[in-house]
Amino acid sequence: MLASFLMTPKTLFQKVWDNHAVCDLPDGSTLLYIDRHLVHEVTSPQAFDGLRLNKRKLRHPELTFATMDHNVPTENKKDIRDLIAKTQIETLQKNCNEFGITLYDLDSDKQGIVHVIGPELGLTLPGTTIVCGDSHTSTHGAFGALAFGIGTSEVEHVLATQCLVQQKAKSFKANFVGKPHAHVTAKDFILKLIGSIGTAGGTGYVLEYTGEAIKALSMEARMTICNMSIEAGAKAGMIAPDDITFQYIASGKRPFAPKGKALEAAIVNWKKLVTDTQAPYDREITIDVSQMAPQVTWGTNPGMVVDVSGVVPKPSEVKNCAPADVEKALEYMGLKPGTKITDIPINVVFIGSCTNSRIEDLRAAAKIFKGKKVSKKVKTLIVPGSEQVRLQAEREGLHKIFIEAGAQWRNAGCSMCLAMNPDKLEAGERCASTSNRNFEGRQGKGGRTHLVSPEMAAAAAIAGHFVDIRAWEM
Amino acid sequence: MEPFTIHTGNMALLDRGNVDTDQIISKEFLKSISRTGFGPHLFHDWRYLPDGKPNPHFELNNPVYEGATILVAGNNFGCGSSREHAVWAISQYGFKVVMAPIYERHGEIIPAFADIFRNNSSKNGLLLIELPEKTVNEIKKFVSENAPLQATIDLPSQSITLHLSPEKKVYHFLMDAGLKQKFLEGLDEIGMTERYIPQIEAFEAKHSTQMV
Repeated sequence: MLASFLMTPKTLFQKVWDNHAVCDLPDGSTLLYIDRHLVHEVTSPQAFDGLRLNKRKLRHPELTFATMDHNVPTENKKDIRDLIAKTQIETLQKNCNEFGITLYDLDSDKQGIVHVIGPELGLTLPGTTIVCGDSHTSTHGAFGALAFGIGTSEVEHVLATQCLVQQKAKSFKANFVGKPHAHVTAKDFILKLIGSIGTAGGTGYVLEYTGEAIKALSMEARMTICNMSIEAGAKAGMIAPDDITFQYIASGKRPFAPKGKALEAAIVNWKKLVTDTQAPYDREITIDVSQMAPQVTWGTNPGMVVDVSGVVPKPSEVKNCAPADVEKALEYMGLKPGTKITDIPINVVFIGSCTNSRIEDLRAAAKIFKGKKVSKKVKTLIVPGSEQVRLQAEREGLHKIFIEAGAQWRNAGCSMCLAMNPDKLEAGERCASTSNRNFEGRQGKGGRTHLVSPEMAAAAAIAGHFVDIRAWEM
Repeated sequence: MEPFTIHTGNMALLDRGNVDTDQIISKEFLKSISRTGFGPHLFHDWRYLPDGKPNPHFELNNPVYEGATILVAGNNFGCGSSREHAVWAISQYGFKVVMAPIYERHGEIIPAFADIFRNNSSKNGLLLIELPEKTVNEIKKFVSENAPLQATIDLPSQSITLHLSPEKKVYHFLMDAGLKQKFLEGLDEIGMTERYIPQIEAFEAKHSTQMV
């Protein structure tokens, strides 16, 4: 049996799965061990209540880490005027205190969006299983971790048992080949993929992103890709760890990452986390990035996306969506088929969210903003993903570039990605956003969202409409 | 969780694809620390006009669907955010069952429901039924022509009976055997997992959470 175990070629996903399978259950599911549980204020209060109700404790408080991000005001974090939001934040503080969980509280210099601080702190490591009551937990898959979002009942289950009952997903290889244009980013890669397979194209699968175009990406760019795996419907997204991954983990102050001899030992194991040659995937797709254009969404789901050089499509031309749904989307977005994307004027720019709020995203945006002014018609909000990102950006002087350009520089949080805090779109406002969802009302009731990369968002802020940055005079 | 065996109720149509959990329960209602009170906010932005009155054009506000407990939805229902509040809102509105079509597009099978939503539903006794697109189209036609139309969902026999007159119409659905059992017994999953504490302890004894 051992020989056959050694000889069977496995995907990266299969290896991480096997390493965490506690036992098979009678109904055909698997009890899966969870190495890291990240907790935030919105999806956890009812889980803690459930524990109290059933007199259960945390199995592993030391594997559980919390911060507040969704509700946090980004102008003055402590000035929470929304009393219901305030209660939710205080409830997290109280629960972490009662159950012995490490909390990166509002006054911590490590507070931030949960998916930004996990990697920063060294909590996110190759080959681990990571869950959080948030669908963008897929972000952590950039390290070769199996990371996925869960609901509140599952949050309670992990708090109590450090395990989850799971059915194994199928495997889906997304192979990115070619060398992209300098202004075509990880955000464009993932939007293009979602446009190709649709927002349910990955349902039931774990995506593994492979190929030279992925290998060439930094860790932060890889996080952008894995972050939006859920937007394709996938359970998770993964990228095999390599020297770029190991270097990221070894660099900077990452208090929870192994160090010295332990790090060396870990790297030996992490290097095994690659899909074996001939390991079968259930589905594969290849995407050539060499001719790829920057992507802009025009509709109300992330699969409704087109090249910046393109036009708003006709309902009959849209793959993966029923014409009636496309008509509803166009009506909501206030767009007509045939309109050039670069002719769409915008009122708001949001640069932030767990998709694109890391230091490299801010550097890329700052390069565009430098020496320029934001259009008078555009309100621009730049929200770093974490306090660490904010402090780093300020050390580099990026905030001055943003402020001089006329943008607002804020504190860390989820902010206008989902508008649970005071940062919201007004009805009818049109936003170029670096976030992950363009659903109806996502950034504020009646608001219209177009998803783009940080560079595209910055350029749109200056021009007042979308521009093809490949051809834009900088 | 309440066990689910047989349910009889009226059907309602929400014929839209890719209904995301942001539409099901909007973020302004996620600030609650309670598990209840979400029903009145289900589909808020579609359901109510800016002045707070019911939007007469929203499908579920059609008087023929009043009191419906079985929702017939479109493909990829529940996509997006992991918020379990979406399931709580659907259940607390009064729905016991949601059925949606499986699509076959470009040679690929596209499941009726998004993954996390499906998991969340299974923890709350909200029965999700996946059916072939053709079957759902037929059911939709029957519902729209005969509303209010009553149906019986029988989980033990995995059947849907539309109470049409003079002749009833019966469909069968597929369901994972383990999941079916969970619904029938209304099992507490945490309690179930706690039976495996010895296995978890044995696993922990040899497992490194850092792969060191």
